Amino acid sequence: MSNIIITDSSLRDGNHSVKHTISLDSIKKYCQAADSAKVPIVEVGHGNGLGASSLLIGKATHTDAEMLSTARANLPNSKLGVHVIPGIATVEKDIKPAIDLGVDVFRIASHCTEATVTKSHIDYLSKTDKEVIGVLMMTALATIDELVDNAKIMADYGAQAIIIMDSTGTYLPDDVKFRIMRLVDALDIPVGFHAHNNLNYAIHNSIIAIQTGATYIDACIRGFGAGAGNAPLEILLPVLDKYGYSVDIDFKKIINEADNVLNYLVPKVPVSAPVNILTGLNKLFSGFEKPIIKASKLNNIEYSSLIFELGNRKLVAGQEDLILEVAQNLNK
Amino acid sequence: MIKAGIIGTGNIGTDLLLKLIKTDFIEPVIFAGRRMSSNGIKLAQEKSIPVTDKGIDYFIENCCVADVVYDCTNAIDAKQHAKVFEEQGVKVIDLTPAKIGDLCVPTINPEAIKTRGNVNMITCGGQASTPLLNVISKHCDLEYIEVVSQIASDSAGMATRLNIDNYIHTTERAISEFTGCNNCKVILNLNPAIPQVDMQTTLFIKAENIKFTSLNKDIYKTIKRLKEYIPHYELVMPPTINNDVLVLSIKVKGTGDYLPEYAGNLDIINCAAIEISKNLYE
Repeated sequence: MSNIIITDSSLRDGNHSVKHTISLDSIKKYCQAADSAKVPIVEVGHGNGLGASSLLIGKATHTDAEMLSTARANLPNSKLGVHVIPGIATVEKDIKPAIDLGVDVFRIASHCTEATVTKSHIDYLSKTDKEVIGVLMMTALATIDELVDNAKIMADYGAQAIIIMDSTGTYLPDDVKFRIMRLVDALDIPVGFHAHNNLNYAIHNSIIAIQTGATYIDACIRGFGAGAGNAPLEILLPVLDKYGYSVDIDFKKIINEADNVLNYLVPKVPVSAPVNILTGLNKLFSGFEKPIIKASKLNNIEYSSLIFELGNRKLVAGQEDLILEVAQNLNK
Repeated sequence: MIKAGIIGTGNIGTDLLLKLIKTDFIEPVIFAGRRMSSNGIKLAQEKSIPVTDKGIDYFIENCCVADVVYDCTNAIDAKQHAKVFEEQGVKVIDLTPAKIGDLCVPTINPEAIKTRGNVNMITCGGQASTPLLNVISKHCDLEYIEVVSQIASDSAGMATRLNIDNYIHTTERAISEFTGCNNCKVILNLNPAIPQVDMQTTLFIKAENIKFTSLNKDIYKTIKRLKEYIPHYELVMPPTINNDVLVLSIKVKGTGDYLPEYAGNLDIINCAAIEISKNLYE
């Protein structure tokens, strides 16, 4: 046994790749499969988390309450997790109802340099019996020192673990190694990593993260996630095994489900298409893939020129409105 | 001249003071803070504005030195101050999120300052979006409104960050009040890019029976009016309809009086507060 805790983000990050249309039936089926395979934490919801169904990011087919209650009913053993971004989700409107629906793990996320916006949310949750994890997104946009400072801020507020996300899929293994090493050294709570596969390093980076001391690792079935997708769960498990890390998840069930999901959850297995390579290199949020393609077509411009300009503007996650504005102005 | 007091000598209060000095209808008679050594007080002294470090006690001891007081402190203190000024019959323009008085927007309900003792300036997103949403509501049947704002991280102090939920709830309430549409959503993004980004607000509107020509005309008319008191309020994405959703985007730069130019989000509140005061003069 090792102390590695895998969070399956297929039903949350995967929602990005189907414009937030995952059906309740798919949630039910996948939760049953993940639960029976003993996946510790299953994350569910709109791609940008609680309260994020919007014209800005994409309207979800189902409400948070529908998705979470369906998941809860089909996760007798696994913990149910949600992603929460202050600025989008509030304690009153979103967190309290989610607690009532039986969510166990709240992952409170901010842009990598903006940890101080999470104070009221983490404060509130740390007074409940729920697990609260601090998540730093878009971390390729911060220096290592900034990351450490922001992780410490979340830890001070009461986060029980810190996960850094390579939301842009930019990292090479050394980038991950130096960041995780510093974080593990600076914090006395567990550290985690969430990979994206834009440069085909998701598995490699996840392994490096674990080797340098990370214990919370995110993965998705078939890599089902935003843009080029995440670390595929069915690959991560056997690779971990080969490296000598034992994880108490039933690999046979997962490998079997990796085929099944093509029939109900994953319409297209994510690959790193040219657009994803470019967003990765320009440090743009993986979830921008679809809005970028749409805005380029609408305004008759090359998506590569749009990506370069958006990279210059240093957009953070949740700024889909600026994609439209920049595309319109490039068209002029 | 309107005799005006400012309580709170932080960034907002100091910027407001410099703006008041530039007007020809408001006379700042007292700039009240807590510390004589604060940058704001020093600057006020340079400008020969009377200052005090006694805060609210100054107003208690000197009843009615001002016709109107701008409260630039914080939500908790503003509640205490409001009681004092109410007893004295002094008008208050509240720039904190205390929400004691009516929510007030210069282009929508400026008369509130005459009829009520205390008016609240809502939020930056509220001042930027409700004037447009209010006129839009007259040219369609609103189903849903979404307001997304970007502000520079450097313009968002710890108070803003701690009260990020409050920002969302208050702005949503103002949108409902000034449009009659209860189905609305507000999102705030902090962007840390250097050089700092300007405040930018995008409106997404789902509506039926959109009378686009008249709506469009009214939007441009309103923006012209807004520019009279928010000089750098600018349309950066003109109204367009895509898949039944009306979208438009505006940018607000500050005038750089004390706050930096990128802090349009803070500037706009001060601009609105001064514009509201005109109604006391007329």
